[in-house]
Amino acid sequence: MANLKNINLRDKGANLWEGWDRPKRTAFVVILIALVGLLPYGGNFSFTSILNTPSSSYQAVLVYPVGMFVLMALGLNVVVGKSGLLDLGYVAFFAIGGYTAGLLSEHTHLNTWEILPIGMAAAMFAGVLLGLPTLRLRGDYLAIVTLGFGEIVRIVALNTQSIGASTGIASIRTPPKTFGLQFDIMHSNSYFWVVLAMILLVIWMIRRFTVRRPGRAWEAIRQDEDVAILMGVPILRYKVWSFCIGAAIGGAAGVIFASKTQYVAPNMFTFNVSVLILSCVVFGGMGNMWGVILGGVILAYLPERIRFISNARQLVFGITLVVIMNLRPDGLLPRKKREKLGAAKKAGENV
Amino acid sequence: MRLEVKDLRVQYGKIEAIKGISFVVEQGEIVTLIGANGAGKTTTLKTISGLRPVASGQIIYDGQDISKMSAHERVNLGISQAPEGRGIFPGMTVLENLEIGKYSRKERKSEMQEDLDKVYQLFPRLKERTSQAGGTLSGGEQQMLAIGRALMARPKVLLLDEPSMGLAPMMIANIFNIITTINKELGTTILLVEQNAQQALQRANRAYVLETGNVVKTANAQDLLNDPAVRAAYLGTGAEKGHH
Repeated sequence: MANLKNINLRDKGANLWEGWDRPKRTAFVVILIALVGLLPYGGNFSFTSILNTPSSSYQAVLVYPVGMFVLMALGLNVVVGKSGLLDLGYVAFFAIGGYTAGLLSEHTHLNTWEILPIGMAAAMFAGVLLGLPTLRLRGDYLAIVTLGFGEIVRIVALNTQSIGASTGIASIRTPPKTFGLQFDIMHSNSYFWVVLAMILLVIWMIRRFTVRRPGRAWEAIRQDEDVAILMGVPILRYKVWSFCIGAAIGGAAGVIFASKTQYVAPNMFTFNVSVLILSCVVFGGMGNMWGVILGGVILAYLPERIRFISNARQLVFGITLVVIMNLRPDGLLPRKKREKLGAAKKAGENV
Repeated sequence: MRLEVKDLRVQYGKIEAIKGISFVVEQGEIVTLIGANGAGKTTTLKTISGLRPVASGQIIYDGQDISKMSAHERVNLGISQAPEGRGIFPGMTVLENLEIGKYSRKERKSEMQEDLDKVYQLFPRLKERTSQAGGTLSGGEQQMLAIGRALMARPKVLLLDEPSMGLAPMMIANIFNIITTINKELGTTILLVEQNAQQALQRANRAYVLETGNVVKTANAQDLLNDPAVRAAYLGTGAEKGHH
């Protein structure tokens, strides 16, 4: 068991990837995306039927929680993992996206795809509103304020009659038929593919950011805020940016979620969700996108897979978390330790 | 370049750490602030670079009061600090640390290689360590990296906060030699904060002695080096020793 601490899949994977040329990489990515895209059919064949979730619709589970959690964990990872800002109220942005979809569906004729950017913008705006005054705070203080924000959004929703108070908003429209894909309760797969496409887009976007100036600035802020200031990094601006990007992704998840469940209510957006998403980030490996994805998949899928043991599943889930975090305190696929891999690579380039 | 601090006051909550100090750093000089722990040396530097807010007074840089400016704007103007305790990014490689030192420069792409070469020439040891993580360097190497990184911003005035702290005597001499070289050959003006008064006074043109938030004495560094009171208080070779 002690060996579990030393398993380094991340470096093995990275080394393998580094060894490949471009066509090989492209082929790998295409095959991987295709396999993931085919996951909804995994429950149909006897040799993959282990994937099936016995007590809930497997195809629906792939959308929510699995796809949604991965998407939100990627968004929260920008805030917590990349810039080191502990956000305990991430659910607020998910809720704002969901309620934007609900309200616009109720009062306008916009379809889901038109609502999507509006929901993201609303969440981003909330991110700026929350970020500007609070991102001057550090560490624990920020965590408390964001926790409060998450609760405020839920409680405001709960007490505002015009957005349905405790009953929320029902009969939210599903997305229109797009590229021959139908979106309704019988067609979970369409939602899965949309979420998958969004996840791929987010991965691509975060990879771009990470190697460029914002990524450098976030890394500097995370490692030492004061020194980042001395390097001339406008830290408030970059913190707000990271907050906004995280918020936009959370908002996007909210819009899709609302169009899938066709209904939003305050009790869907509890502190629990914030904690679960944060767990995905920490469990998978804070700061490492692939780890975070793995964390999201496992933490969302596992409770559904073992749902047949009903009440005991929370216990089993909890014990699994505690055991794994003890064995791998930095997460399943932790962030790269620079003195090893990165070092060797850069040295090679400079010779 | 001319840096003037006028009647500067800085507070931590209700406690006044800097109680109205004034001093001037002229183009091309090495000026040192010496004093014991808690005299307010580091606070003064942090206030000039913008990490601490000013309670009252002015910081005039090239005729402009910068005391209300944000820290990154001051870096853009050419004020660059190598922080106390060798504040480098431990998880970044030496090269990445140096690259981020150029963060404030618009011309960062075109200048990068030239300035890296310049820093490596000053600190050949860093060149051997390019791809090593900052946190794995020795204390002396980290100090070199902190100074080298500050130079990447092409500062007009370089603020050095206790560069000798925690270093072996050989390394201290080495670091101070390089500081002199930076001043002489690159023409960078230097404001040096030090507890190692001996070394600081030997290298500096002028010095200010700080005691509990006040400037108590100012003179040419050479004169202070021979001042009996300063020798007694800061050089450990004071009057009593003379009697033996």
